[in-house]
Amino acid sequence: MRGRTGLTLPERRGAIPFNVQGELPAWYDGGKRIFLHFKIEKEKPGEDLMTLKTLIGAASALAMMTGTAFADAKMDAKKALEQAKAAVEQAMAALEASDTMSGGASYEFPNLDGDQVTVVSWGGAYTKSQVEAYHKPFIAGTGAKVVSEDYNGGLAEIKAQVEAGNVTWDIVDVELSDAVRACDEGLAEEIDMSSLPDGADGTPAADDFIAGTLDVPCAVPTIVWSTIFAYDSEKTDRTPTTIANFFDLEKFPGKRGMRKSPKANLEMALMADGVGAGEVYDVLSTDEGVDRAFAMLDKIKDDVVWWEAGAQPPQLLADGEVEMTTAYNGRIFNAVAAEDKPFEIVWDGQVWDLDLWIIPKGAKNKDAAMEFLKYSTSTQALADQASWISYGPTRQSSAPLVANYATKPDLKMGPQMPTAPQNFGNALQNDFEFWADNQDELNERFNAWLAN
Amino acid sequence: MTDATANQGPDGLLLATDGTPLKAKLRQSMKASRRRAFGLVLPLLLFVLASFVIPIIMLLWTGVSNDTYAANMPRSAPLMRAWDGSSQPTEAMAEAMVLDMIDARKAKTIGKVASRVNREQSGTRSLYTKSARRAAKMEPPFLDALVKADKDWADIETWRATKIAATSLTPAYYAAALDYKYTADGEFVEQDEVRQIHVQLFWKTIWVSGAVMLFCLLLGYPVAYLLSHLPAKKANLLMILVLLPFWTSLLVRTTAWIAMLQSQGVLNDIFVWLGITGDEQRFSLIYNMTGTLIAMTHILLPFMILPIYSVMRAIPPSHVRAAKSLGATNWTAFWRVYFPATIPGIGAGGLLVFILSIGYYITPALVGGQDGQLISNFIAYHMQRSLNWSLAAALGGILLAIVLVLYWLYDRIVGIDNMKLG
Repeated sequence: MRGRTGLTLPERRGAIPFNVQGELPAWYDGGKRIFLHFKIEKEKPGEDLMTLKTLIGAASALAMMTGTAFADAKMDAKKALEQAKAAVEQAMAALEASDTMSGGASYEFPNLDGDQVTVVSWGGAYTKSQVEAYHKPFIAGTGAKVVSEDYNGGLAEIKAQVEAGNVTWDIVDVELSDAVRACDEGLAEEIDMSSLPDGADGTPAADDFIAGTLDVPCAVPTIVWSTIFAYDSEKTDRTPTTIANFFDLEKFPGKRGMRKSPKANLEMALMADGVGAGEVYDVLSTDEGVDRAFAMLDKIKDDVVWWEAGAQPPQLLADGEVEMTTAYNGRIFNAVAAEDKPFEIVWDGQVWDLDLWIIPKGAKNKDAAMEFLKYSTSTQALADQASWISYGPTRQSSAPLVANYATKPDLKMGPQMPTAPQNFGNALQNDFEFWADNQDELNERFNAWLAN
Repeated sequence: MTDATANQGPDGLLLATDGTPLKAKLRQSMKASRRRAFGLVLPLLLFVLASFVIPIIMLLWTGVSNDTYAANMPRSAPLMRAWDGSSQPTEAMAEAMVLDMIDARKAKTIGKVASRVNREQSGTRSLYTKSARRAAKMEPPFLDALVKADKDWADIETWRATKIAATSLTPAYYAAALDYKYTADGEFVEQDEVRQIHVQLFWKTIWVSGAVMLFCLLLGYPVAYLLSHLPAKKANLLMILVLLPFWTSLLVRTTAWIAMLQSQGVLNDIFVWLGITGDEQRFSLIYNMTGTLIAMTHILLPFMILPIYSVMRAIPPSHVRAAKSLGATNWTAFWRVYFPATIPGIGAGGLLVFILSIGYYITPALVGGQDGQLISNFIAYHMQRSLNWSLAAALGGILLAIVLVLYWLYDRIVGIDNMKLG
C-alpha cells in the first residue's frame, strides 16, 4: 500500500477530545492519487492513543482497499467514496463500542496558561495518587500551574482564611461532615452541578455519581474511603476475621491502634457488640447506646495506642508497636502494594465515608479551581486515581475502568476497594448528620473518657 | 557654691541663667531625651501592640462574647433574652424565629447559628437546619408550624438552649472551661461526670510543669556547676554539647525520642539484650506520661542550664575559699555560701521552664498518648478541630491567669528582682 494517512491527532495523554481530521488515500486513478477527506468533529473521548491510531489506520487501509477495488472495476467514483466513508464510519463505531476506548470523560481542557490553582489535600500516598491522576494531566492539558499543599483535615484553616478575607487555598479535599458544615456556614462556594462533565458512557453527572453523594450543594465527591482494621500477618499466627476480634483481648492479645476520635470507633464498638450495621446510629442516639459503646471501648482501653495522622497506623504496625490497628484502607493498601508489607485488611465492620472537593468562599483562582474540579471528577480521572490507591471512585462510570495498580500491572485494584462486593458485606456508612449533631457532646465525653 | 547662691531665687529655688527654676529646666531637657527614647522604641511598641497585645485581647474577648446568634437572628435574639426560660414559649418568639430562619437560610448563616445552639444542646443543629429549610413555607400560627416541622420544638429545653445562645455576653465558656454548665436560669451547675475534663487537665498541666522543672533542676544544676568550674576551653566544648540540641528542630528531637523509647526502640532493645526485661514485657516508655516527662525534660533542659551557668560564672571563687578558710566544711561552704548565690539563676531557669512547659503542645501531642495530654492540647483541639474558639479562648484565659498568679507568687516569695537571665 503506497497510500498515506495524514492524521492530526492531539498529542495529549489522559482524556483527549476526539477531534480527528485527515485524508485517506481512497483510490488510484491512472497513477493519480485521490484522497478521501474527512473530518470527525464529534467529541469522542479517548484514552489510549495507540489504540486510536491503530483503529484509524485500519479504517484507512480498509477505505483504500475498497477504493482501489472499485477504481479497478471502473466504478462510479462517487459510489466508491461513499463506500470508503462507510468503512471509516464502521471503524469509528467499532472504536466507540470498544471497551478499551470507553474511558475518558467528555471534558475538554480550556487554555489556562498563566493561571494557578492551589490544591490542598491530606498528603502521603493519597496526595500522590491525586498528583498522578489529576494534577499531571491537568497541567499538561491546560498549561495551568498547580500548587499542592498538605493539611490534616478540619475546617480551621479554611475558616481562618475566609474570615480574614485572604483565601489562599483554591480547592480543598474534605470529609463529608466537614463539607456539609463548610456549606452550612458559608465557608464554601456553591457549585453548579450541571456544569460537571457527563460520564464517559454519556450518563449525565447527576445520575453518574453514586446516589445521594451529590446532595451537598458546595461539594463534589471524589472517593469512597473506609476505616477498617488491619494486622501484620507475619508477626502473628492468629488471624482475626471479624470486628468482634478487634475488641477481644482474650483470644487476640496485644496492643491496638485506634484513631483518637470517637468517630468510627463508637460505631465499630457497637458492631463488635453485635449491633447490625443498619441499627448502629439508632442505638448510638440513645444514652444507653453510647454507654454500651464506651463499655466496649473500656475493654481494650488500657491496650490502645492512639493515632491521629493517617500515615501513623501503617508505621505502628510495621514497628510492631501494635498487634492490630484501625486505619484508612488506602494507607494500608499503599504499605502492602508500594512497600511490600505483609499487612492484611479485615473488612468486616468497616465504616465508609466520602472525600469531596470544596472551593473555599472567595478563593482567588476560583475559575481555574472549578476547571480542576471538573476535570478531576471526570470519569477517567477518577478511574486513574483508583489505580494509585485503593479508594473507590464516586462515579459509577469509572468503576469498569479501574484497572490495575499503576506500578504493579498484575495487582488488580477492583478487589481492594471498600465497595467491592466481598468487602462490603458488613459495612456502615458514616452518618454525617448524626456526627454534626452530636460531635460536640461525644468528643467531650470521649476526651474525658481518655483522660480518666 | 558661691555661684549657686547667686542664682537662688526669692523662694530659695535654684535658678538657671535665664531665670527659670533649675528643676523646671532640668525636666524640660529630660523631656526631650525621653521623647527621643520613646521615639526610638515606638516602632517596636506599635509592632508588639498590633501583633501581640491586641490579638490576645481580642481572643480573650471571644471567651466571654459570642454574638453568632444575636448577629444572625436579629428578631428573635432580644425576645429570647427577655424570655424567663420557664414559661411556655410565645407565638411572638416563634414568629421571630421563623422569619429569622428564612433570612438566615438565604444569607447562608443558618449553619453558624445551628452550630452555636448545638453547643448548648446536642441535636439542635439538625433541628435548626431542617426547620430552616421548611421555614419559608410555614404559616401562622408559627409555634404549631414549628412543632409540626419537628416535635423537638415542643420541648422547652430547645428554647432554653436557644436562650443561652442568644445572650452574646456570657460566662458560659468560662463556666465550661471549669467544667460547669451555665443554664438558662443564670445558674451554674456541675457538668455531667462523664464529661468533666478541664479542671483535672489544668491540675495535670501544673503538676507536669512542676515535675519537668524539678527534673531539669536536678539534671541541670550539676551540669551548670561543672561548666562554670572547668577551664574555659573544656567548658566551651561542653557548652556546645548543651546548645547543640537547643539548635536542633523541636520536631526532630521529639521524633528521635520516639525512635529511642518505643517498645521496639533502641532503649527497650538494650534492656532486653541486657536481660533486664523479657522480650514480651518490654517497658512502655512512650505514648504515656513517662514519654511526655522524658521528652519535655530533655527539650527544656538548656533553659535551666543557661541561666544557672551564667549566674555561677559571676560568683567569685574567693567566696567559697573564704568560707573554707573560716572553717566551713565543703558541704557548709556550698550550702551556706555558694548555693544561696545561685538562687537567682535557679529562679530564672525554673520560671522559664515552668512557663514554657505550661503551654507546651507539640511534644505531648506526639509522645503523650492518652494520658500525657496537657491543657494546651485541648486549646489546640478547640481551635483547630471543634472550631469552638470561644471555649479555646476561655481555656487560654484561665491558663494566662494561672501563669500570672504563679508569677505573682514567685515575686512574693523569691522576688522578681532576684531573677537573673545572664
